[in-house]
Amino acid sequence: MLAKRIIPCLDIDRGRVVKGIKFAEIRDAGDPVEVARRYDLQGADELVFLDITASSEERPTLFATVEAVAREIYIPLTVGGGVRTSADVRALLKAGADKVSINTAAVHKPDFVTEAAERYGVQCIVVAIDCKRVSKKKEPPRWEVFTHGGRKATGIDAVEWAVKMVEKGAGEILLTSMDRDGTKEGYDLDVLKAISSVVTVPVIASGGVGNLEHLYEGFDRGGADAVLAASIFHSGTYSVQDAKTYLASRGVRVRQNEIRSAVI
Amino acid sequence: MASIGVIDYGMGNLHSLGKSLERVAGSQRIEISYDPEKLLKCDRLVLPGVGGVLACMNELRRLELNDLVIEASRKVPMLGVCLGMQVMLDHSNENGGVDALGLFPGKVVRFPDPPADAVERLKVPHMGWNRVRQNRPHPVWNRVPDDSWFYFVHSYHAQPDRPEHVLGVTDYVTSFASAVARDNIVAFQFHPEKSQAAGLQLLANFAEWNGQA
Repeated sequence: MLAKRIIPCLDIDRGRVVKGIKFAEIRDAGDPVEVARRYDLQGADELVFLDITASSEERPTLFATVEAVAREIYIPLTVGGGVRTSADVRALLKAGADKVSINTAAVHKPDFVTEAAERYGVQCIVVAIDCKRVSKKKEPPRWEVFTHGGRKATGIDAVEWAVKMVEKGAGEILLTSMDRDGTKEGYDLDVLKAISSVVTVPVIASGGVGNLEHLYEGFDRGGADAVLAASIFHSGTYSVQDAKTYLASRGVRVRQNEIRSAVI
Repeated sequence: MASIGVIDYGMGNLHSLGKSLERVAGSQRIEISYDPEKLLKCDRLVLPGVGGVLACMNELRRLELNDLVIEASRKVPMLGVCLGMQVMLDHSNENGGVDALGLFPGKVVRFPDPPADAVERLKVPHMGWNRVRQNRPHPVWNRVPDDSWFYFVHSYHAQPDRPEHVLGVTDYVTSFASAVARDNIVAFQFHPEKSQAAGLQLLANFAEWNGQA
C-alpha cells in the first residue's frame, strides 16, 4: 500500500537555501545541491523547492539551481515560487522539476491551473495554498487564502478554494498555515482536516513542525497524505530517517530504505 | 558503440530519465530523439510519457513514431515507463476512450472511487511510493528485492488480458499490474528514474538486458 511521504522543503533565495519565521527573518541554511543530496540519502520521499527571491531578474539563478539539484537526486522534485505562465511551468520542467507549484497566479487566474494541467498533466501541477485563520475564538473556524508570500489577503475561503483548485486541475494541494509557519507549534490540524477530508487529491501539510510528534499528528489527526518540514531537518535536530523510524513506531506506513545499490 | 534510444515525442520530462540512464548505462550512448531513422538504429528503446493518453497517441502518430514503436518492439529490448506503458495496451478509457499501440492485449482503466464507508480514503492520482510484488522471475528484477518501493503518479492503470504478461503487482484500491512483460518488451507504471536505488537498479538491468526473458 501507498506510503505516507516525508518531504523536506528548501526555501531558495538567490541560489541559497534559507529559512525564515512567519515568512520573514531570513537566514542562510546552505547550498541547495548539498542539502538536497543529504535529504535524498536520508530517505526523503520527495523534495520541495520554494523560490522566495523577490525579483524576476533572478529567475535564471533558480533554473540553474534546479538543474544542478535535479542532476544529483533520484527522487521527485517540486519547484514553486513566482510561477505565473505556461512558459514558467515549461522552463521549470525542462530544468528538471517533476512538479510545479502554483500559488498567487492561480488566485489571479484560476484557469491558468487548467491550462497548465491540460498541457503538462495533472500529475505535475501542485496548487500551493497559504492560509490564515480569520475567525475569532468561539466562531466557526474559517481560513482565508493569502498570496504574495503571505502579504496579501484575498478574501477567499481556503476550504472552498482547495475544492475549486482540484476542479480546475490541481493534482495535489500544498497547504501552508501562515499562523504556524516557523513557530514549531505543529500544523494547524483543523484546516488540514477540513481540506484533506473534502478534496480527492493528495494534500501536503506545511507550516509549524517543531518535533516528530507534529508529523504524526499531521497524518493521524490532519489526514495529510504527505508532511512537509524545513527547520527541524535543516537544523539537524532530526534526520529524515529519524522521522521515519519514529512514524513507523507509531504505526504510520512509511518507505524505509531497503536497498543500497551499487549503482548510486 | 551500443546505444539506448529514448523516444522524445514532446510529452513530459525526459531530463531525469535520460540522466538516470546515463548514470547506469556504462559505455552506451543515450540517444534522445524523435527521428525514426535514428531511433531504429538504437540497440534498445525507451518509450516514456506523462500526461493524457489522447495527446500522447496524437503526438506519436503525428511524428510517425507509432509504427516505429510497433516495428522496433519486434526487434530490440524495449522499455515503457508510466504513460509509455499504458499506450502499449490495446485501449485506454482515458479522454473518452483512445485506441493505443496494442503490444499487450488488454485495456487501461481509471482507479475506482473508494466506497463511502472506506476506512481510509484513497486519493486519485495514486501519488507516492508503493511496493511492487514480483509476479515472476525476469532479468530486470536482478538484484531488486521483492516488494521494493517505487514512485508512482497516475490515475489510470493497465489491465492486461493475459495473466502471464503481469510482471509485478501493486495494491492501491485494487491490486493492479504495475509491471508487464512479454518477449523483448518490459514496461513499468512507476517511475524508475524517480525511485532511488531500486529504480536505478532496474534501469541498469534493462541497459544490460538482451531481450530474452
